[in-house]
Amino acid sequence: MSTLPLVVDSPGEQRFRAFLDSHLEQEMLRFTTAGSVDDGKSTLIGRLLHDTKSVYEDQLASIRASRVNRSGGVMDLSLLTDGLKAEREQGITIDVAYRYFSTTKRKFIIADTPGHEQYTRNMATGASTADVAIVLIDAKAFMKLGQLLPQSRRHTYIASLLRIPHVVAAVNKMDIVDYSEDVFDRICAEFTELAKQLGLKSVEVIPVSALVGDNVVERSAAMDWYAGPSLLEYLETVPLTISEAAAGPLRFPVQLVVRPNAEFRGFAGRVERGELHPGMRVRALPSGRVTTVKKIVTYDGELQVASFPLSVTVELEDEIDLSRGEMLVAETQTAPQVSTAFRAMVVWMHEQPLVAGQTYLAKHTTRTVRATVRRIRYGVDIQSTEHRESSQLQMNDIAEVEFDTSLPLFFDAYTENREMGALILIDAVTNATVGAGMILAAVAAREANASPAKGAAFIWLRGLPDAAVAMCETLRAQGRAAVIVDDPLIPEGSLAGAVRALQLADVTAISARSELGETTIAALREAAGEAYFEAMDEAFSWLGSSMEEEK
Amino acid sequence: MGSIRGSSCGPPREITLVIESPPSEGIAKLHQERLSHLQALEAESLYILREAVAEFARPVMLYSIGKDSSVMLRLAQKAFYPGKIPFPLLHIDTSYKFPEMITFRDTYTKEIGADLIVHRNEAAIADGASPWKLGTQNCCGALKTRSLLDALEAGGFDAAFGGARRDEEKSRAKERVYSFRDAAGQWDPKNQRPELWSLYNSRLRKGESIRVFPLSNWTELDIWLYLYAEQIPIVPLYYAEERLAVIRGGAITLVYEGMRLLPEEKPELMKVRMRSLGCAPCTGAIRSDAETLPQIIEELIGFRRSEREGRAIDHDEEGSMELKKREGYF
Repeated sequence: MSTLPLVVDSPGEQRFRAFLDSHLEQEMLRFTTAGSVDDGKSTLIGRLLHDTKSVYEDQLASIRASRVNRSGGVMDLSLLTDGLKAEREQGITIDVAYRYFSTTKRKFIIADTPGHEQYTRNMATGASTADVAIVLIDAKAFMKLGQLLPQSRRHTYIASLLRIPHVVAAVNKMDIVDYSEDVFDRICAEFTELAKQLGLKSVEVIPVSALVGDNVVERSAAMDWYAGPSLLEYLETVPLTISEAAAGPLRFPVQLVVRPNAEFRGFAGRVERGELHPGMRVRALPSGRVTTVKKIVTYDGELQVASFPLSVTVELEDEIDLSRGEMLVAETQTAPQVSTAFRAMVVWMHEQPLVAGQTYLAKHTTRTVRATVRRIRYGVDIQSTEHRESSQLQMNDIAEVEFDTSLPLFFDAYTENREMGALILIDAVTNATVGAGMILAAVAAREANASPAKGAAFIWLRGLPDAAVAMCETLRAQGRAAVIVDDPLIPEGSLAGAVRALQLADVTAISARSELGETTIAALREAAGEAYFEAMDEAFSWLGSSMEEEK
Repeated sequence: MGSIRGSSCGPPREITLVIESPPSEGIAKLHQERLSHLQALEAESLYILREAVAEFARPVMLYSIGKDSSVMLRLAQKAFYPGKIPFPLLHIDTSYKFPEMITFRDTYTKEIGADLIVHRNEAAIADGASPWKLGTQNCCGALKTRSLLDALEAGGFDAAFGGARRDEEKSRAKERVYSFRDAAGQWDPKNQRPELWSLYNSRLRKGESIRVFPLSNWTELDIWLYLYAEQIPIVPLYYAEERLAVIRGGAITLVYEGMRLLPEEKPELMKVRMRSLGCAPCTGAIRSDAETLPQIIEELIGFRRSEREGRAIDHDEEGSMELKKREGYF
């Protein structure tokens, strides 16, 4: 930029332009905070916002005037971050909230999450995009218990599970423990040990008081025994992982094909890893076709290089078959794993439990496939991080799970590349996002020509035609025969007979009729026997267990 | 490159010269070795726009004519370049917008070749809906929220891009990038889908829709810096100028055609600008000398009041934005 001619007026304007330019060069850092109700997390964030002058006067006036003040201080800084009405009234944070502030060095995005065990899913959500995790440790509570609280262990475990590059423990309420170096040293030793066990690579421990402001923005005079950075200094200087991502093997999942006219065909996407150059030899997955990058096209002109996380459009030398959900990788670099079976750590996020045999939609990069749970290998006790037996996952549970997919996925282990190892699980009927997965590795695929599954059911999803279609598709994806028996050509009187015939042929029958007479229901029960269901989850678990028996 | 884009609808001529100074190559080329926050934000927004276009059947972009819309529109041009923007723009016209906004809208969308739909709740307008008659809450309900929901239904749109940012207001801090709305177009803060990494869930049943917010992670300052770096034209009302105004309820209200002045109100010339553009009767101006984008940014950095402060609707009741959003407002 400095090489370009500037239209400069006054020295004041010149100074301001220099300032503007430095603002344009700011980097961006995303961090997440996890803390429980009494850890002082909201106060800490309020303090960061307040002391970096990121709070507007009218917002300050509104919290000064608020009917609520739980802090015991002049104003309750935690009110700056408590968003929704229900939360303000209950005094708890129940969802992920995003906050923004900037200093002269960096722009910061905070994913502020609740820390209670029942909000594991929210913590995982906040952690999924973070460069840094701040784990709050309450020094007063540590003194009372004589060791780290279970919640601090939990927060650190989630940071390690989601592979947040840097973890910093903020030892809070130092003012209440008389700024004791001894207390801090004990906490520091225990936390460092925990971080080692969990394999965390970059760890820092900082003594703070969010209420008073010690070591949050300014270094504290009350703790002259501490020579490290304040929390903000740490956040301003901790290294970003951008260059690391650019150094890896190329991964370019195609988002969409841009085809404005007959002459141009470009593939739009985000470089998830590595670098793209014109002239580079690339392989398309899954076709395996090799071609050369012709141009990297952007609105601002052609680029000679594009790396993570830039969104660009790629023009190729040859006309090859490539569309959304497929991927470009470099011909000569390490290829991703390509498989229809893998194991992954799963954080479950829904009231309906995950059980073996269930099929979900899995969205991975730009590709969505059907994924069936083969088995749960083990659950993780989130307090002790030890493995335990697990037959199903309840909301907020974490487990290692094996999946089979309808089509291959192209992936890297999540530990190597977050973007290439992450997936979400979607319920095909309700469309809810039910789980988050972090791929560990491929596993051996099922026998390709295994005999089709036995055992057919009748399932009545009263008045839910969409659900019936989704269920039918899911069963077919699992290799089962299934039909919807709501054709007007099948009158109610013939339904039971049709279902009986289908049962004999091992075909599952699904109906979404809004009403059935009592005699019909009785006849259907007789036809389907124990395989008569009116609830999808019951049907799935019956079908799942009948599949297990065949193996 | 800025001369064509900046001239037709930018600020007055002599000011244009100043904003046309570099950077002139756009964000993508500013720094090759190191990623600036604007590059990171831009890349993320382009990714979101493309995901939504790839996965939804019929997306539309809500175009409010304001500065955020101007940024969103430029990002849409970039995301699908060299193709055209693959969805229409929708402007909900309450009939109370500043005339400068309408002129800018028509000129600029034509210049970039965008497909524009203008929707008005004609029944309510004919019925004389106004903030004085209905109060700001109900007037917004009829002319904005109802009108928006009707337009989305009429167009059969399953996704609508909006320029809302999470830093604007407390209840928006929890908004997802993909904000799920039920078949009535309503937002249930307790029933939002978890959103991890950049894997957005676009699955819908009939009648349901998703509001997509590509600017979620941008702040007001980011918007201004980007407008400056990219030389994006904005409505001249954002720049300070001597304008006729009155003080009404403590707020500076611009005098516009058809306005009914109260007996004690005497319009006078004040040097003011708008920080946020809404309907003329309900959007206050601020006193300012900022005539260029750098001056606006300079002013903003020293600024200690939030931009929505001038909007009457947010201050009716503690939590009022959350109430409006539940009903379907952006």
